[in-house]
Amino acid sequence: MRTWFARPDALRKAGVLSLNRRNAECIMRLNDRSLYPLVDDKIRCKKVLEAQNMPVPGMIGQIAYSGQSNRFYSHLQGREQFVIKPANGSGGDGILVIVGQRGERYLSSGGRLWDRDDIAHYLTNVISGLYSLGGQPDTALLEELVEFDPVFDGIAFQGVPDIRLIVYRGVPVMSMVRLPTRASDGKANLHQGAIGAGICIATGQTIAAVISNHHVDEHVDTGSPLLGFNVPDWGQIVSMAAHCFEAVKLGYLGVDIVLDKNRGPLILELNARPGLNIQIANHAGLRQRLQQVDDSGAYEWAANERAEWAREHFSSNVYDPRP
Amino acid sequence: MKRTTHGLALALLLVLIGLAMFTWKVRAFGFPIMPDETSVLWSVQAQIVAEPGDAALKIEMQLPTRTPGFSLTDEHFISRGFGLAVDDDAWQRTAIWTLRRASNRQTLFYRAVFFQDDRPVELAPQPRFPSPPALEEPFQTALTEIVDEVRSESADVVSFAAQVLVQLNDEAPEDNMALFLEGPLGLDRARIAQLILSAARIPVVMINGVRLVEQNRDAAIETWLAVHDGTTWTAFDPTSGDRGLPDNFLVWHIGDTPLVLATGASIDELTISVRERSISALDLATERAEQAGSKVTELSLLALPLDLQAVYEILLLIPLGALIIAFLRNVIGLRSFGTFMPVLIALAFRETELLAGIVLFTVIVGAGLLFRFYLEKLRLLLVPRLSAVLIIVVILMAIVSVLSQRLGIEAGLSVALFPMVIVAMVIERMSIVWEEQSPADALLDGAGSLLIAAIAYLVMGVDLFGWWVLIFPELLLVLLGLTIALGRYTGYRLTELVRFRELAK
Repeated sequence: MRTWFARPDALRKAGVLSLNRRNAECIMRLNDRSLYPLVDDKIRCKKVLEAQNMPVPGMIGQIAYSGQSNRFYSHLQGREQFVIKPANGSGGDGILVIVGQRGERYLSSGGRLWDRDDIAHYLTNVISGLYSLGGQPDTALLEELVEFDPVFDGIAFQGVPDIRLIVYRGVPVMSMVRLPTRASDGKANLHQGAIGAGICIATGQTIAAVISNHHVDEHVDTGSPLLGFNVPDWGQIVSMAAHCFEAVKLGYLGVDIVLDKNRGPLILELNARPGLNIQIANHAGLRQRLQQVDDSGAYEWAANERAEWAREHFSSNVYDPRP
Repeated sequence: MKRTTHGLALALLLVLIGLAMFTWKVRAFGFPIMPDETSVLWSVQAQIVAEPGDAALKIEMQLPTRTPGFSLTDEHFISRGFGLAVDDDAWQRTAIWTLRRASNRQTLFYRAVFFQDDRPVELAPQPRFPSPPALEEPFQTALTEIVDEVRSESADVVSFAAQVLVQLNDEAPEDNMALFLEGPLGLDRARIAQLILSAARIPVVMINGVRLVEQNRDAAIETWLAVHDGTTWTAFDPTSGDRGLPDNFLVWHIGDTPLVLATGASIDELTISVRERSISALDLATERAEQAGSKVTELSLLALPLDLQAVYEILLLIPLGALIIAFLRNVIGLRSFGTFMPVLIALAFRETELLAGIVLFTVIVGAGLLFRFYLEKLRLLLVPRLSAVLIIVVILMAIVSVLSQRLGIEAGLSVALFPMVIVAMVIERMSIVWEEQSPADALLDGAGSLLIAAIAYLVMGVDLFGWWVLIFPELLLVLLGLTIALGRYTGYRLTELVRFRELAK
């Protein structure tokens, strides 16, 4: 029977992690506040990851002053594709993806044409802090556009799908892939209407999918089946996610990974306050897995061993939403 | 887990301290829990008119000292030309007026104000056993016979006294009793009872007092008896044998000395008058606290000037609003723009009333959003753009005020009290959510903010809460405790029960 409400004890039984508990017992307990700037500032984060020899999308340049914003194209060196990100943006806000050039104008992933003034204004907004946490002055990051692996072509509508892993005390515990839709304007942001598909940590196979909290089994725009899809390079992805803990030391960490056609998995960004929709996408609660990590002591091992342990312990079956 | 215990212990401590202070103020000084509570005061006046003789004048009056059910809050002695001393015995005070020479009639006043006070008071000190009176015959024999008879019909001190009074008040008294009642001794019932009880070696005192009624210009002193059974005093009506002091009976003095004793003069008149009046319970409590030498009133917000008190009456509601916000966001899971924006909107609603407030807010924010979308096209920098939005908000507010004045809508005038900076920030944030996420998200957050503001307004609008925080600011500790406890709430939010419903097992 479908109801509008779940009873709290039913959610507790399913091990669903609540927002309040995530804040109190994961983020506040395990994430040292002084480490936040390391992940909140995408430029610093990129540098920290590069120092650990982790693959990340290349940085084209950064623009920190309004006066430079109308000279942004000097950084591009003829590139027709690039991404503008606020260094301190939150939740994917303020990311502009330019996928090509049409004469003097730039084409964004949403299909809109921007002239140089438009982009300069956009950069000014970014720098003045429109998208940053708390409205602080910000820096705009110019980044290479990931040439994404066509492997997702069938199940993503434009844009770059990204893979999110929750890494708890260095152990990847849950994962999903976020698939852009027409509604999300090519962005892999669940709040904006992207699809979230849970991935089995053990096998790298998609096991369940949701769009704005509702289960679906095929892509709303392409009609392709979303379940049973095997993510390539899965072993490497889990291992990279585990390694991120060595770089930033945050005990409750969201790792976002994209698949580049040429370079393979790249770490797009890290998140100190990853959301809880991943539980719906996996049709599973997080609490039991977090408990398993705490009990096993796996968090004390080396990154590769942690990744291996996770793949041995966290497997799930394909969830069929139809009764 | 340890943090949770620590947090909850702190929360509990704060709540207990707050409640303890609250209870103490209510119990010890009678600070009123409800606004507009009144207390009854009784003014009691004794007027003595004395005709002086040749010698020096000395007038002694017993003063109310031990007054069960009532407490003294104020007293005055009006006695022009007299020297006054008050013999301050803990059990019985006495006023002594002296005048070396007086030529004509002298009038003395004693005025005292009492309020109801249910704290227990011991009437008189623990007595010694009286020695039996020695009377002439045939009284001595009659007395012994009465005592023997009553003793055989009673079980203890209280029932003995009751029995004595029953016999005393019998319509056809027995011979022995009739000897006292009608015989040559000429004693009233109270004194006969005292005699009999003393003969049985039962400690007995006379309680003299007046009834506190609405108004009585010539109140009579009535006499009750009290016997001591080894632990407490029990009072009796000597004319009926009923137990207990009557309601609203102010004990004036205890013992058989007369109320007023004069040497060197004769008392022409002794009039006791009683008058009832009401006073704000708060004033009385404040007075009581001051009398008790407590710092409560000095450190109270009520010591502030009135206009500042009015400000605090509103400011102190903000913690309540903050608690409501914490609850609605962390337990219910409502969303809003800005953490405390709804509280400020709720404060503005106090001036505009709820419905008009919501309409005005929607109109201003809606119109502001339209301008904001237009400004988006101009590509202004952040701070100038925010300033522009703020200016537009002020202009809109002025337009709404003027228009509603023309149309005769009074509620529209109070729009000027809206926190304009907050409104401007709401417009800015809302337009960003509108563009970045979706119009639905923006409207949802906007509606959530209004809903929270409305709930906060309704709760903060309860007059009782405004009164409580002003009179009992220690209740803010209770609010703080509850908020801290809420900060350790890790359960599901109500909205999460909907959000995760598909995961339920």
